[in-house]
Amino acid sequence: MYPKKISTIKFEVLSPQEIRRMSVAKLNNPETYDDDGFPVESGLMDTRLGVIDPGLKCKTCGGKAGECPGHFGHIELAAPVVHVGYAKIIARLLSGTCRECGRILLKDERRDKFIREIERLKALGQSYEEVLKEVFRLTKAAKKCPHCGAEQIEIKFEKPTSFYEILDPEKKEEQKLTPKDVRERLEKIINEDLLPFGLDPKAVRAEWFVLTVLPVPPVTVRPSIILETGQRSEDDLTHKLVDIIRINQRFIENRDAGAPQQILEDLWELLQYHVTTYLDNEVSGIPPARHRSGRPLKTLAQRLKGKDGRFRGSLSGKRVNFSARTVISPDPCISIGEVGVPEEVAKELSVPIFVTPNNIEVAREFVLRKQSPKASYVIRPDGKRIRVIDTNQEEIAEKLEPGWIVERELMDGDIVLFNRQPSLHRMSIMAHHVRVLPYKTFRLNPAVCPPYNADFDGDEMNLHVPQSLEAQAEAKILMAVQEHILSPRFGGPILGGIHDHITGLYLLTRGEKKFEKEDAMEFLRAVDLSEIPAKDEYMGKEIFSFILPKISIKFKAEICQGCAICKEESCENDAYVIIENGKMLKGTIDEKAVGAFKGIVIDEIMRKFGSSITKKFIDDMTKLAIRVITRLGFTIGIDDEDIPKEAVQQIEETISEAEKRVEELIRAYKEGNLEPMPGRSLEETLELRIMQELGKARDRAGKIAGRYLGMDNSAVIMAVSGARGSMLNLTQMAACIGQQSVRGERITRGYAYTHRTTSHFRSMDLGSKARGFVRSSYKSGLSPIEFFFHAAGGREGLVDTAVRTSQSGYLQRRMINALQDLKVEYDGTVREQTSGVIVQFKYGEDGVDPMKSFRGKAVDVKRIIREIMEVKE
Amino acid sequence: MRLQDHILVPKHEILKEEEVEKLLKLLGVSKEQLPKIKVTDPIVKEIGAKAGDIIKITRKSPTAGVSIFYRFVVE
Repeated sequence: MYPKKISTIKFEVLSPQEIRRMSVAKLNNPETYDDDGFPVESGLMDTRLGVIDPGLKCKTCGGKAGECPGHFGHIELAAPVVHVGYAKIIARLLSGTCRECGRILLKDERRDKFIREIERLKALGQSYEEVLKEVFRLTKAAKKCPHCGAEQIEIKFEKPTSFYEILDPEKKEEQKLTPKDVRERLEKIINEDLLPFGLDPKAVRAEWFVLTVLPVPPVTVRPSIILETGQRSEDDLTHKLVDIIRINQRFIENRDAGAPQQILEDLWELLQYHVTTYLDNEVSGIPPARHRSGRPLKTLAQRLKGKDGRFRGSLSGKRVNFSARTVISPDPCISIGEVGVPEEVAKELSVPIFVTPNNIEVAREFVLRKQSPKASYVIRPDGKRIRVIDTNQEEIAEKLEPGWIVERELMDGDIVLFNRQPSLHRMSIMAHHVRVLPYKTFRLNPAVCPPYNADFDGDEMNLHVPQSLEAQAEAKILMAVQEHILSPRFGGPILGGIHDHITGLYLLTRGEKKFEKEDAMEFLRAVDLSEIPAKDEYMGKEIFSFILPKISIKFKAEICQGCAICKEESCENDAYVIIENGKMLKGTIDEKAVGAFKGIVIDEIMRKFGSSITKKFIDDMTKLAIRVITRLGFTIGIDDEDIPKEAVQQIEETISEAEKRVEELIRAYKEGNLEPMPGRSLEETLELRIMQELGKARDRAGKIAGRYLGMDNSAVIMAVSGARGSMLNLTQMAACIGQQSVRGERITRGYAYTHRTTSHFRSMDLGSKARGFVRSSYKSGLSPIEFFFHAAGGREGLVDTAVRTSQSGYLQRRMINALQDLKVEYDGTVREQTSGVIVQFKYGEDGVDPMKSFRGKAVDVKRIIREIMEVKE
Repeated sequence: MRLQDHILVPKHEILKEEEVEKLLKLLGVSKEQLPKIKVTDPIVKEIGAKAGDIIKITRKSPTAGVSIFYRFVVE
């Protein structure tokens, strides 16, 4: 069977006849239940509208509760009322048509031109909102009807539902139009005249915007709940409908008794209020209808609108079973393909075992087990679920036969999906193997943090258990962590060492360091190695080589200084890495080799040996690195950024000199001696020169500080190896924070009218201090004014992030909506799924899977040449 | 001046009847499921294609060398 295709969806407005036709009951009794607790005839719980109480039968279809889908009823309104949702279009229609003859206030040719324009835009699938606005503007301005010549009176629309005719604008004389008047006017509009207002006369008649009969949704839509006390609590919609019926009946009674006009009008207003709030209880201009407790009622519009509304909350968003969520924490001892699951979670989640002759013994064992993982439920072929407890487990095990399903607690080795929001790319949901662990957090190897963008400052993650064998197989083959080591974003590894992994390997492999046998064994303890050559001492590079698969590669490490001519093998910084056939000969392992997003070594192993060997390498690498850094010890403190007195002196001097030069620049500018740069104004030139000067001063200060922070400084080690932080961060801590900026300029805003940033400066002061230059370091501390400027600069960063995330989030949403039906077919074409329309003849022009590309390029020519040469040799 | 002489305009040619059949069979689609180009498009006018024709476009591609696209000419 082929799925049916929806060709069009057309929205229409319910006509009064339609409402009566679909109604099964006319309702006029404000009571709901009688004293015996039975629904009252013609009341809002009338059994003709369907039933919700068990035992009762629907009078319309005979179905019991759960079988009967419910049927609509209706209320005949004693007086017409305006529908809030259509008030705006009513306003347009009233001021756009003649008050006498009901024709549109445009000449026929003019009208037809607008109709054609709307048709044209509709055919193109474009918005014709602008045309409607233009029609409104023109018709509103008309003073005389071009058809009957009647004078027109301006219509005032008072939100949400009132209309007035302005009889005399000066004396403020106004005449209220009752909904009845409004309806009469709308009735007069001929079908052809509705088109320029954007209405289709086949679907809508203008007078239907004023309600004369109100449809009442079935009881199944607004079920009452029975509280523990036995009391009935009605749905908000029922409450509102009761109000409407009550006022409606009162209006009829008063009218029939010949009550004064004033009283009738007040009741009419009240009816209008109730109907308005029934449709939308958040209309501006009127107080929302409230529950007895003071809580605003949740009426029709509120059911649909917003995050928890029907669309976003119930249709696009659903809750799932077999899932868990908790805080995450790191565990470098588990594999990257594993996730640590708390015992409590593992006991709650279950995996079905579909019993067959082959696995019946296994299933029986689970049923009989007294300790986790044990069976929690069994499901018989007739669908009955039986809870497995101590008293019945033997009986169940006895009865167990193929066709039953045993629901077993989660255990080690099960496959689960692990996810962290925002799920921006496919690596946000990956399949892990379960490792049941004590305590209450999900544990993951820190090397999988980058693809999830997770850290451990309180992040929570979700876990889902696939229930069918197909789903489990698919997860294992397609979604496993190791299948996502290479990113489809740039064709390089997204998984890799972070922070301590990089520092650890840096400490291990840097230079010609030797480690005693005991140390080396300690480092390699966690790694699964079959053989290690017996020695008294091991080189760091040698130890790293033990975990390396047989790859050959040469590259410049992160610590490379970027010399003009690379000395390669004889690099004095030990920054040129040479690995030959799995033996590390030269260089230092740092971020460039094993880091997330960079990892050349990981990339190479992945291409040569595939995902499972790479997974093992990352596991071994993280374990080794963590052991190295734990055994060697690694720490930073505030005194790591201590620099000697003479360095402080030098830095002071450098900055003072720069400030002096800035003063000179300002003097030159004021005296008019400053030479403008090409294409710049004098002011811009001055700003640029000052920024340049101060930037240089900070860099120089950083260099001076850097001279005293040697390569044995922990913070420096982290910065150069790429583990964490940068030299700039160190400069700011040790020497000078530098210029603060807002929108790429020095800070100029503040007391705009006196031309100064704070009241500590003279007006028009352009000096470095007055414009946000911070000469202190984080360590020495900031002066109050500096602190203020620093906060101003810092605030900009925060605002930028907030704005960027919301914007990119919305962009992502639109992209996903636009691209969700596209699929790359086996022949390499990209097609839309339902229509089969071809979008690309070859995916991305070249048919290259970016994940399997070499950092975005289709072919890695150098590599091919190298490999061929190797074969020749 | 011919548009096709411009370096930024790739080669456009009308597909022959039998080639059209072959192509549609290969892709397993009807003509309407191909991307469309208007008859009023200057390049379509230049090569003299009519509505219902299929145009083959041969573009140079930095990654694939040469990349071929097809367009269905519509009113």
